[in-house]
Amino acid sequence: MLLDWGYVAVFAIVGSGMVALPLLVIWLISPRSAYPQKLETYESGVPTIGQAWSQFNVRYYLFSLVFVVFDVEIIYLYPWAVVARQLGPFAFYEILIFLVILTLGLVYAWRKGALEWV
Amino acid sequence: MPWYLELLRAIGGTIVIFSGVAIVAAMFGVLLERKISAWIHSRLGPTHVGPRGLLQTVADTIKLIQKENIVPQNADYKIFASAVLIVPLAALLDYVVIPFGQTRWGPLIFRDLNIGVLFFAATSSLVVVGILMAGWGSNNKYALLGGLRSAAQMVSYEIPMALALITVAMLAGSLSTVTIVNAQSHLWYIVAQPIAFLIFVIAATAEVNRVPFDLVEAESELVAGYFSEYSGMRFALFQLGEYGEMFAMAAMAVTLFLGGWHGPHLLPPVLWFVIKLYALIFVFMWVRWTYPRFRIDQLLNFSWKVLIPVALANLVVTAFFVMVVHP
Repeated sequence: MLLDWGYVAVFAIVGSGMVALPLLVIWLISPRSAYPQKLETYESGVPTIGQAWSQFNVRYYLFSLVFVVFDVEIIYLYPWAVVARQLGPFAFYEILIFLVILTLGLVYAWRKGALEWV
Repeated sequence: MPWYLELLRAIGGTIVIFSGVAIVAAMFGVLLERKISAWIHSRLGPTHVGPRGLLQTVADTIKLIQKENIVPQNADYKIFASAVLIVPLAALLDYVVIPFGQTRWGPLIFRDLNIGVLFFAATSSLVVVGILMAGWGSNNKYALLGGLRSAAQMVSYEIPMALALITVAMLAGSLSTVTIVNAQSHLWYIVAQPIAFLIFVIAATAEVNRVPFDLVEAESELVAGYFSEYSGMRFALFQLGEYGEMFAMAAMAVTLFLGGWHGPHLLPPVLWFVIKLYALIFVFMWVRWTYPRFRIDQLLNFSWKVLIPVALANLVVTAFFVMVVHP
């Protein structure tokens, strides 16, 4: 069990090294000839106006709120799914109640207009 | 096994998977995409470099290595530079749990984690972190819009995908990918779960930002989306991440629904896996050149108002059959 995650850790560490390797190579061999016009932020060829980090209407924030609710509930479904076959009919009705509450949440968000383009 | 042999094995496996994905998925995948798009457009595609243009991507990579490494003056350097590391790494972490075939010594997999499917769901959604960092760090309006769209899109399509994964886990009674493939030796799960398969493929297309869900990098409005400001090798690493993720999604669909390495005994198991993988990749590319792009509100509506209710209903029906009809 611990060995499994050791493998995953080695994968992540060696993997980051392998992804960083080409960046090291270009740092060593790529040409450098920067001037102000080249370092400007791209904006379809016209001079850049202001920063991108300004006040911006994020139209999708309600989706992310609903997502958090759903994702947390889905995490609870994974362990249930693994043992579903051994649990039998009673557990099915139990999980049905759970899923109905989940669906009610979706219906509520839908009726409230959280899933509309605002 | 002594610990240093385990360590060597893990490092060797990592190097094999990374170079394999870089060559097969990224380099060959880009060439395949260009050739298939040319074929669908009745063009020839790349023909000049190597026999029938086979070395085109190799030449492109060599060109990209020689390019200057531009970081825009206004960008947030730390975020801008580390996004490049996160996207390919998150895409490649998926390959930890993908079983490529069966050999005499056991299944050909980096590590058969007992929570394989959950691990896949977790790592495949890590890509969005890298994309958001790229969009924010570039300090470019197109990139920022692309990054924010990507967050909304990937978050929306993760739920139907997870619900489709759960039905398969329920049928097999396990989250380990090897057990799931072995459970399909008689009947592929695409037969038992056609709806879950469709939901998975649609959600996978959206998760890897391909047409018809490529709002994130819609070239007609956002230039190149979140990687507008990236050039040279950094751009190549994003490409690696994107194609690596696409191949990982296709490989997972093969593992979960198309019987993994199983097939008639005429061919070795690994070959069966590769054949199914490329058949699915072909479908992805075919879709790309067939359908127009969605609008962003249509895209989000489709996930929340069609895919999620259907996936929930599918889950309940599957649970009914597994737990009540055939307990």
